[in-house]
Amino acid sequence: MQTGTAAVARNPLLVYGALFLVIALLPALGVYPIFVMKVLCYALFACAFNLLIGFTGLLSFGHAAFLGTAAYAAGHALKVWGLPTPLGLLFGMLAAGGVGLVFGLLAIRRTGIYFSMITLALSQMLFFFFLQAKFTGGEDGLQSVPRGNFLGLDLTQDLNLFYVVLAIFIAGFWLIYRTVNSPFGQVLTSIRENEARATSLGYDVDRFKLLAFVLSAALAGLAGATKTLVLGFATLTDAVWTTSGLVILMTLVGGMGTLVGPMLGALIIIALENKIGDLGKALAEITGVDWFNGLGESVSLVTGLIFIVCVLAFRRGVVGEALALIDRFGKEATQTLATTKKPH
Amino acid sequence: MTDLFGIPLPALLSQLLLGLVNGSFYAMLSLGLAVIFGLLNIINFAHGALYMMGAFLAWMGLEYLGLNYWVMLLLAPLVVGVLGIFIERLLLQWLYKLDHIYSLLLTFGITLVLEGIFRSFYGSSGQQYAVPDALQGATNLGFMVLPNYRAWVVVASITVCLAVWALIEKTSLGATLRAGTENPKLVQAFGINVPRMITLTYAGGVALAAFAGVLAAPILQVTALMGSNLIIVVFAVVVIGGMGSILGSILTGLGLGVIEGLTKVFYPEASSTVVFVVMAIVLLVRPAGLFGKEK
Repeated sequence: MQTGTAAVARNPLLVYGALFLVIALLPALGVYPIFVMKVLCYALFACAFNLLIGFTGLLSFGHAAFLGTAAYAAGHALKVWGLPTPLGLLFGMLAAGGVGLVFGLLAIRRTGIYFSMITLALSQMLFFFFLQAKFTGGEDGLQSVPRGNFLGLDLTQDLNLFYVVLAIFIAGFWLIYRTVNSPFGQVLTSIRENEARATSLGYDVDRFKLLAFVLSAALAGLAGATKTLVLGFATLTDAVWTTSGLVILMTLVGGMGTLVGPMLGALIIIALENKIGDLGKALAEITGVDWFNGLGESVSLVTGLIFIVCVLAFRRGVVGEALALIDRFGKEATQTLATTKKPH
Repeated sequence: MTDLFGIPLPALLSQLLLGLVNGSFYAMLSLGLAVIFGLLNIINFAHGALYMMGAFLAWMGLEYLGLNYWVMLLLAPLVVGVLGIFIERLLLQWLYKLDHIYSLLLTFGITLVLEGIFRSFYGSSGQQYAVPDALQGATNLGFMVLPNYRAWVVVASITVCLAVWALIEKTSLGATLRAGTENPKLVQAFGINVPRMITLTYAGGVALAAFAGVLAAPILQVTALMGSNLIIVVFAVVVIGGMGSILGSILTGLGLGVIEGLTKVFYPEASSTVVFVVMAIVLLVRPAGLFGKEK
């Protein structure tokens, strides 16, 4: 899916660089840094998830397990063990990667729809474990996790933390970008397109799948650990199965199999979650229907509707549709150059 | 009273019965999932939400219309079945040619919408639904006290499951259905209306879920989220049993319910996770599932 416009295809790094520059300037423009950091964490989470669904063709319905594991592990390491912040984040990431290895070994034994059900079931098992375990604080969660320092930067300052989080995000994104564009990534794509063919070409498909799964889990873990650092707490919400659904929705809305799509999807969904209560109140005022006042309490109603609309009419997501549109215009403009490439 | 492994026998038996009750719900839901999967090739995530709807309809029937349990036991599956027809005709039918994940995601979306609707009206706290008069009380069997309603749930579920099994395996209608599962194009060529069969199969599958929901209403709290908690366990059950065999689904469902009940006696901390652990073990030993066929 790396075609897109000619310009993007030629200079993708330039486009991403410009995008990150804009993000870096957001706090200076008066955007609340915590909000941007939260979006960045979920964006990394969605990008990590997209590595599986978009580039390997595996639908994991249990990615909240990795977000939650890392959130708790990093929170515990920072708060109870008092590890330095970078080590705490690393520990969270490794913990998520370890859980990913176990889940992956079990889940890749089945394919297709079973893979999704197995990941969902395993993540639910981990959720019950977190619910009962002592170190997670049960229903209360792990509260007041210290931010500490990062290479001498005082992270209690929101702006310092913001640039560290942005750097973490860029590092994670860069890793995904390199993975997707590497020979390894090409094999993953071939597995997505035709698993039997990939096997017959001599690739150890299971090993590639497992590696992609662990990488995705570890990066989702990095997102979870960073989120704990930003918000200062880790709760069961991070590990619950609806969060797995949320990251699917982000990726679907933004565009599965595009690099930027999940970022945009994360922004749309987080903004929607924040604003939906206001939206409901506004609707209640306009229509006079009291029921809309409760809309903030039932976000799932709205996210569910978006799911249905996206699956029925909008499967390429915002970025995917935009790329397809640009492709079509580009083709009309250069119709003399007969291309055989089909729009995807 | 006699003890077994240091546990008083009546306590053991009552947990066993509770396990059977849960197992009945697993069996009915995984049976519906398997039947739908067989013909439509989709995993119906909304199964849990439609089970929840069955329970809510039972409660609403009594609360608003004064319709008793027995009426709702017939009416709720009918209503949910009709809703299933709409879901299949309006939404699902457009996705059959696409990757299976899209129908999973669509039915997941339907789940969120249904849960959101019920939560926006009734909140997240549970509604109580009284056990019908005829089934109140308990029978003393000598070695244990058997609550009548729980016994009824197990008997009714197993009867319905076996009836579905007989319908699919022993009647000509079932033969058509099985043929449709094997090769829909050929069945269509014989002049059978396969799209209508698909619609009715979906409706029947979800009606079964609603029936389970009505049965569950007097035992469990009727809440908007009761379905999703169940459906994830049922997914694990389906992975364990494999979806190839009807009787296999029923047996796996009941068996896992019993295992869960026994775990509650011997190691309560693990009772909510034991089904998933069994799933992991089965995946290691027999990846296709106990009754599944390796492709």
